[in-house]
Amino acid sequence: MHCASCVVTLEGSLSKIPGVSQTHVNLATEKATVEYDPAKVTDQDFMKAVESVGYEARLGERIQSADQDQAQKQQEMKDLKIKVIVSLMLGSLILWGSFPGLMDTAPSILRNFWVQLLLALPVQFWAGFSFYRAALSSLKHRTANMDTLVALGTTVAFLYSAVVTIVPTVVSQIGIHPEPYFDVSSIIIGLILLGRYFEAKAKAGTSEAIKKLIGLQAKTARVVRDGKEIDILISEVEVGDMIRVRPGEKIPVDGVILDGESSIDESMVTGESIPIDKIKGGSVIGATMNKTGTFTFRATKVGADTMLSQIIKLVEEAQGSKAPIQRLADIISSYFVPIVIMLALTTFVVWYDFGPEPAFLFAILNTVAVLIIACPCAMGLATPTAIMVGTGKGAEHGLLIKDAEALETAHKITTVVFDKTGTLTKGKPEVTDIIATHDLSQDDILRLAASIEKGSEHSLAEAIVKHAEKKNLLLTTVTNFKAIAGHGVEGLLGTQRIFFGNRKLMIQEHVVMQSNEAAMSALEQQGKTVMMLALRQAQGKPYELVGLIAVADTIKDTAKVAVLSLQKLGIEAIMITGDNERTAHAIAQQVGITQVLAEVLPDQKSDEVKKLQAKGKIVAFVGDGINDAPALAIANVGIAMGSGTDVAIEAADITLINKDLRSVSAVIELSRKTMRTIKINLFWAFGYNVILIPVAMGVLYPLFGILMNPIFASAAMALSSISVVGNSLLLKRAKLSL
Amino acid sequence: MTLDQVLVTVAGAGGIAFTYWFFLMRNVRAVVAIDSINITVNGGYSPEVIEISNGKTTKLVFTRSDPSSCLEEVVLSDFKVRKHLPLNQAVTIELTPQKTGEFIFSCGMNMYHGKVIVKESV
Repeated sequence: MHCASCVVTLEGSLSKIPGVSQTHVNLATEKATVEYDPAKVTDQDFMKAVESVGYEARLGERIQSADQDQAQKQQEMKDLKIKVIVSLMLGSLILWGSFPGLMDTAPSILRNFWVQLLLALPVQFWAGFSFYRAALSSLKHRTANMDTLVALGTTVAFLYSAVVTIVPTVVSQIGIHPEPYFDVSSIIIGLILLGRYFEAKAKAGTSEAIKKLIGLQAKTARVVRDGKEIDILISEVEVGDMIRVRPGEKIPVDGVILDGESSIDESMVTGESIPIDKIKGGSVIGATMNKTGTFTFRATKVGADTMLSQIIKLVEEAQGSKAPIQRLADIISSYFVPIVIMLALTTFVVWYDFGPEPAFLFAILNTVAVLIIACPCAMGLATPTAIMVGTGKGAEHGLLIKDAEALETAHKITTVVFDKTGTLTKGKPEVTDIIATHDLSQDDILRLAASIEKGSEHSLAEAIVKHAEKKNLLLTTVTNFKAIAGHGVEGLLGTQRIFFGNRKLMIQEHVVMQSNEAAMSALEQQGKTVMMLALRQAQGKPYELVGLIAVADTIKDTAKVAVLSLQKLGIEAIMITGDNERTAHAIAQQVGITQVLAEVLPDQKSDEVKKLQAKGKIVAFVGDGINDAPALAIANVGIAMGSGTDVAIEAADITLINKDLRSVSAVIELSRKTMRTIKINLFWAFGYNVILIPVAMGVLYPLFGILMNPIFASAAMALSSISVVGNSLLLKRAKLSL
Repeated sequence: MTLDQVLVTVAGAGGIAFTYWFFLMRNVRAVVAIDSINITVNGGYSPEVIEISNGKTTKLVFTRSDPSSCLEEVVLSDFKVRKHLPLNQAVTIELTPQKTGEFIFSCGMNMYHGKVIVKESV
């Protein structure tokens, strides 16, 4: 391919093939992407179409679209539905003609055994064919499953009935009244298929969250190339492309606004409910909705790197992971079916040897009941379906859970440790007070402090410099700058040495502070961090405190409610910070936290978490994921507040991308609800099998004369899987306090 | 005990022993996968036990020819993978294990099982 005209020629030729709905040829990659109906188009058609215009085609990857996949699934469901209706109808007719009490009302033709055999045949070998096929192919692997049990159970009932119908005299000779049980074999197949139908429908609902996320993806992007706007497929967008977005349009990929401004609704991806105003330089997230303005942005992340793709990957991984609670169910599942077959054989022998007359008939019916009532599926579905719904529900609200283990551990959390800066507060400190304690003016104090702090990288320094710039103060050059970790800074202003920092620095330099103590503690009690400026008024004189600058960080709007909702859940909240005790307590008080770990250096945070764990607490650490990775990793559950487009914070078990602190309690609530669902599911699944298999074997018969009719067994079996999946789906309705 | 009862008891005991031997005492030979391996999904997984190298990316290409709904998903929970397997379509799962050991994989309902054995080098 050489030029754009080759693209047009090839696209024209390919789109002429009947059954092709869309064609896109990329000149740069020399690739053609074709959407087509596989029933109408063959590979040869493509080869011929490409060759006819003078090119050669090499066939690449074939991707079945979600639509085709869904169509295939729908067809399967339709077939299953027909089989359910036919087998239940035929089964009911047989039941009418054979059930004691009911059969007297039936027309004589239905009471004829041969007619019953004829009606049961299609149910057994057409509707029930899938059981035989699955059972036989697993036998080749020397494994057994649900289908093996159904195939065995119904075949036993059908064969016995067929023998009774074909050679009734033989049965009479061994002392049994010749009576077939075609109703049993047919109704069992009908009911189990019905159960499978509802189960498939319900199971589709468990993976809905992923489908929704995938569906959010924009299909095309309007790229500005050579001054022209062209619509291209999303897969063709490259990093650096300039993309135009108009009001009401979906933003195709992640990027940075170059020109224009708008209000953007990001709720569908991050769960953040209020639209955000963005201007030039602001970052935009692919698949979010542009509301009012028009803007152009540069693509920074495309394909698998976009935030949406990362979220989808994270949720998919979480749904593929295994919760520790599932281990027991796993071990039982691997032995379950062979054990049921052995129990069925035992049932037959015991009833044949010790049962009342007709012992053979009792033996057969109870064996069938044991084979049919056993339900390994419910055990297999109990945990994963709840995990899928739980993690999906989390993703909908911007709570990204790394794996099932994290979701399981979160329900045991007793203590939540919040990092202060950037987590409870906005992480953007501002200067609130300037107090002159000597002859200098407030502006002079600010100017000197900003001059010396200009070289510092501390977040408080940034606040002071910004404040000075806002006031248009002219900064002076400082030489011999030195940062003293955990204390402050010092430097030379001309020949004048100045110090700017906290109490520790002042004490170290023997600066007298007593007369200002009241003002300082008043500021600290308001949660403000106080920095002190000290210099020497004249050579030979001691250093004096000339001014105070108070800096405060704003508390996040949701912080107080977040702490309160944790307390309501019975979880203690602790704040960890590098601030001094007084400031830390003042801030903690504002958000309702009573326990504070103050004056903790960044690298000591993980040690504090370890100390809490040593006291037997299950600790969640909530941080911004930037400088507290060790604490996030060491905590039982590391919760990171995601910012911008960083989704996958490596050290965190849970990432909250909605920037809402209330999500901490919401995620614990979600974990508790999911675990409750799993426990109920496992209780039902185990309890069901543990109680009903012995009943089907006939253990209640000697005392109470109770036996399990195989038809009831099949109804119970069908219901057990549906109830487990249905219970998991109820999680979707769970309300999270967000 | 009558003769028929004796016969039924013996046959039942034989059946139980056979079931135990057939399903629970089978030995499956592991197949070594160097870069990639094709796994057929039909009433189970063939091959069922796969040996791969630690730290190296190996492609497991699953193709399901069995329409049973039980097998429509494959789950490798130790590698956090749950994949839908459309009928008669190859689905590639790339594994780059970080530790040695035996890792079970199963169908979505945990009925059919296979195993990935990660060795230092295969």
